[in-house]
Formats: sequence, C-alpha cells, structure tokens
Amino acid sequence: MAPEIALLLASPLAGGIVLALFGHRPRAAEANIGFSLLTLVAAAALVARVVADGPVTVAGEQFFIDSLNVFLVALTAFVAMTTAMFSAPYMRIERDHGRVSAGGMRLYHSMYQLFSLAMLLVLTTNNLGVMWVAMEAATLTTVLLVALYRTHASLEAAWKYFILCGVGIAQALLGTILVYFAAEKILGAGVGSLLWTHLDAVKDQLEPTVMSIAFVFLLVGYGTKVGLVPLHNWLPDAHAEGPTPVSAVLSGLLLNVALYALIRFKVITDGALERPFASHLLMGFGLASVVVAAFFLSRQRDVKRMFAYSSIEHMGLITFAFGMGGPVASFAGLLHMTVHSLTKSAIFFAVGHAAQKAGTQMMADIRGLMRVNPTVGWGLMLGTAAILGMPPFGVFASEFLILTTAIAQQPWATPILLVSLGIAFASIFGKVQPMVFGETNARRLPHPPALVPVFTHLALVLVLGLYMPPYLAAWYRQAARLIG
Amino acid sequence: MLQHYGPQLVNLFAAVLLLLSFAMLSQRRILSLINLYAAQGFVLFLSTALVAWLTGQHHLYGSAALTLALKVIALPWILHFLIRRLNVKWDVETLINIPTTMLVGIVLVILAFNLALPISQLAGTVTHSTFGIALASVLLSFLMMITRSKAVPQVIGFLSMENGLFFAATGAVYGMPMVIEFGVALDVLVGALILGIFVFQIRERFDSVDTRHLEKLKEH
Repeated sequence: MAPEIALLLASPLAGGIVLALFGHRPRAAEANIGFSLLTLVAAAALVARVVADGPVTVAGEQFFIDSLNVFLVALTAFVAMTTAMFSAPYMRIERDHGRVSAGGMRLYHSMYQLFSLAMLLVLTTNNLGVMWVAMEAATLTTVLLVALYRTHASLEAAWKYFILCGVGIAQALLGTILVYFAAEKILGAGVGSLLWTHLDAVKDQLEPTVMSIAFVFLLVGYGTKVGLVPLHNWLPDAHAEGPTPVSAVLSGLLLNVALYALIRFKVITDGALERPFASHLLMGFGLASVVVAAFFLSRQRDVKRMFAYSSIEHMGLITFAFGMGGPVASFAGLLHMTVHSLTKSAIFFAVGHAAQKAGTQMMADIRGLMRVNPTVGWGLMLGTAAILGMPPFGVFASEFLILTTAIAQQPWATPILLVSLGIAFASIFGKVQPMVFGETNARRLPHPPALVPVFTHLALVLVLGLYMPPYLAAWYRQAARLIG
Repeated sequence: MLQHYGPQLVNLFAAVLLLLSFAMLSQRRILSLINLYAAQGFVLFLSTALVAWLTGQHHLYGSAALTLALKVIALPWILHFLIRRLNVKWDVETLINIPTTMLVGIVLVILAFNLALPISQLAGTVTHSTFGIALASVLLSFLMMITRSKAVPQVIGFLSMENGLFFAATGAVYGMPMVIEFGVALDVLVGALILGIFVFQIRERFDSVDTRHLEKLKEH
C-alpha cells in the first residue's frame, strides 16, 4: 500500500480513537488540529505523487487516485484542517457558555476526525460498494454532532437528517446493486465488478436500461446528500442547529464529496447510454435547486439557515454545470466546487463568531459587527461579497464561465439562472449589510476568535479569481476531461 | 428433489416476505412490529441459505449467517431493549388510516413489478423473478416510514427497507461481494445504536418519542 494513502486514512482514524478517549482534555483541540495537519501533509504528498506519476491504483486496485479526486482530497484535507483551527476557540467559547459537556467535547472531537476519515475514504476508494459504506458512515458520524446541543430544534434537525439521508442513501444502495448487476454480466461476479476503473474500461458494454434505472436511484440517493431540490429538506435544519464548525464542514466538504460520487457514476452511465440521459437529469435537478433556493433565501431569519440555502443554490449551479458537460462547463464546475467550499466555510467561521457575540443566530438581532469587532465584520462582508459572485473573487470567474457556457449550449436556462442569482444577491446582501454596519449590542468573547482561517480562505478565493497558476489550470482541465 | 423444487421454494419465501411487509404496514402494536421484523429477517436468512445451497455460491452462506446474527438476533434485541427501557407499549398511531395505506401499498407493488420487469428479464439467476418482490418490499417499507409518526416504527421501516435491498441483491446477482455486505451490516448496526442514543435524547427532551413533536422547524 502506498504510504501516502495509508497515512491519509490512518491519521484521522488514529485521531478518532485517541480523541474518543481524551477529547475532553484542555489540549484536545490542539490535538485535533495536529491530526488534521498530519492528514493534510499526507494529502499534499499524494498530490505530489499524482502530479509526478499520473493516475495510480494502489492496494490491489482498491484505491484509485486521478486528477479528479486528488484535487478534492487536497481541498477536503485543507478545509478540515482550517476548520479544526477555527473550532478550537469556537468550541472553547461554547464550553464556557455551558452549551457542551465534557462528554460532548469528546464526542465532538472524535466524530470530527472520523467524519474526515469517511469523506477521504469516499474520495479515494475505487470500490463503489465501499464508497456507499463510507458515505453512510459520513452521515452517521455527523448525526450526533448535529444533535450536540440537545435542544429541541437540534434534536429535530438531527432526526430529520438521520431519516432523510438514511432513506436517500438506501436508494443509492439499490442503485449500486443495479450497477453491480450490469457489471457482473461482463466482468463476472466478485469485487472486480465494483471497481470503478474496471467499470470505466467496459462502460460502453453495460446494459443501457439497467444503467439508466440505476442512475435514477443513485441520483436520488446521493442527490439527497448533495442537497438537491426536492431532496434538500434536511440541509437547512442540520446546518442551522449543529455547531458552526460542523456546518462549515457539512457545507464546504460533505456536499462536494456526495457530488463527487454522483459524477463518478455519471461518467459510467454516459458511457453506457447513447443519449445524454444523466446530463439532462443533472441539469434539471441543478436548475430546480438554484431556483427554489433563491426564492427561499429571502424568507430566512436565521443567518446559518440562510447560508445553508445559499449552499443549496451553489450546489445546484455546480450540478447544472456538470450536467451541461464539455471542457469549459466541467472546468467551471470544478473551480466552483473549490471556491464555494473555501468561501462558504470562511463565511460560517465569521458567522459563528458573530452569533456567539450577539448570543443569537437571528439576523435581526445581530447588529454592528464592524463596530465591536472589525475583523469579524470584514470577514463576513468580504465572504458575502465573494459568495455572491462579486469580482474579483474566484466565485465570479466560475459563475461567469458557467453562465457563458449556458448561453452557448442551453440558452433557455440562462435567464432562469440570471434571475435566480439576482434574487439571491438582493436577499443575502440586504440582510448581511445591517448585520455588519449599524448600531451594536454585542458582547466580548472569553477567547479571541479564530480569524486566520477566514482570511486564508478568502485570500485563496481572491487569488483564484485574479490569477490562476498555469499548473492549477492544467490540472483542472485534466480533471474536466475525465468528467467529459 | 429439493434441487427441483428449490427455485419454487425461493419464490415461496419471496411471497412470504411480501406478505410480512404488508403485515408490518397494517400492524398497530409495536411489539408485534418488532417480531414481524425479526420474522422477515428469518425468512431472508432461509432464502439466502437456500439460494447458497442451490447455486453453490459459498459466500452467500456468509451473508445468510450475517443476516441471522444481525437481523434476527441483534437488531430485534436492541429494539426490544429500547422498548423495555422506555417502558412504553403504545399502539402505533398511523397518520393515514390502515385500509387506505393498504390500497396505496397494492398500487406500489404493481409499480414495483413494472419497474423490475426489464431487470429481472436480464438476470440470469435462478431467483430472477424475486427482484420485483424485493423492490415492492422496499417501497412498502418506504410507505411505512411515511405513514408512521413514532420514532421507533419509522426506524423499523428503515431497517425493513434494508431487508428489501438485501433481498434484491440476492435475487438479481446472488448477493454483493462479502466485503460490501459486511460494510453495509456495520453501517446498519451503528445506525441502530445511534438511533438508540437518539431515542433516549428525544424522550429526555420531549417526554415522548412521537416525531410529531419534531415538526417545529419549518419555513415561515
């Protein structure tokens, strides 16, 4: 087994075990950062190896790394690390406010690491069955985190999350069984028929009827986790009621990982079917998500809920881009995955501290951040500007690419997208502006807020908007070619 | 002899499985519901073992053993434990009355058979005709989750859906590779344990495990 992958998976596993025992100690938050940093180092080593050697399969083909997933591995490890940095002071403040017990801290730290493990396993595995198992594990590890505060609302949110994603993921299992059924005819029974690389090699021989039924089930299943409308009901609740670091990783990482699973299946389905069946489904669900989320945005009063709807909108946009396909749209989709993940987690970091200062998540009661803590205020303002697609941030670049491709390929969709983005802009900007400026009622926090992650993320998004390094562009292009 | 009647016996088990799904849909008492779930697991175990013997697919014996351990013994035991500890023997309340639910269930079965037709025609297994029944029991479990308002019955619906999926895998492809079955079983078990913790938390908060209390989070 390659040492990079072994470390990549062993580090969060060890973290999960160690922190389950010592996660309530004062230094546990630093240990959490340490394990995440180790994971990030392993991810960096893996990137270096893939850049040097090209796609690799390791451990008897059980793991497969190409430019598509290695970029998501790097992104996941990076955001998991910065979120751990943010979570250290954030969770300390929550603990001081008496919202989390010692047992709760142990659970939180341990599950945080195991959640990272589950996501990295989804990304690196070559086995579609293991992918399902790991995706379900990612749900299970976060369910108790959403219910961490044990309030009425958080229990309700966690229950909804558990049941809806459970049902969704069951559909994905049926889809996986059907894919195996189609593959078994050609590749024979056994683990080999579930390996993505094997399926990819024979995708044009797979039975089209079975593959199209399978893709519908997979889309419903993994689409529930992506938060595609109309399967999105769990998402705003889980984001609003869980601790903010959990909202950040759910929004920034889990949605991406679920979409990644869907893309892998899309590649195979496209190969098996002559017609663009999967593409049309993805475009339809993506567009519906953008429109519905945009309309719900204006009705939100809870700040985390509002940004959760914004995540639905952006995941819809990315899904639409992958549905259109082609080198430019897929490139834009991948870029948008990156910048959305970085921006949205930065926003959640800023929002988390803002809500702690105001003692509430209700937007009407959060006022004058600029006056009490300009850095939190600027973080939130810049993050909002970035997520709304203002130039020169990276989100502008990717949204611009998606829209121009839509004009060329799917002109009917362009006005719908533009109107939705306009509504989203008006709703979010109108609500964030008075939170940042205006009179204040905020209190001081017992620990200094963690703002390094916020500005690191925003700086990266800015860099991606202004200048994309040629090797990075080449890398995205290569990954986009894999999606088709 | 058994070789000859084997496939028909598998079909018989499939029919019993569907019957049990309907029984669960119409059952009002929670203890009976758990027992029906255990019975469903047992039928699944029998049919998997039979298919293993008929086809010589040795890994299916493993799945059968796993089914017996998990779905006939462990999970029903956990559920019984939960019910005892919560000290409730409520009748299950349904959101739609039972005759209507049954009628919807029949429509779902027809739908499932239609959907399964192209797939079972392609399947080369001796058990290919059971795929429709498996799909039907998945949909019926889904219906059960929708129509029940209490936490535990909803979860039994979820577990029974997993039974249907497992049966689908046996029917269409003689089961998934063993590694995957272990993974799925592990997820289900962990899920059931988390559910146990969860039901206690809900009860501690609300003094009831009726999920209708969990309907405050709505769009305004």
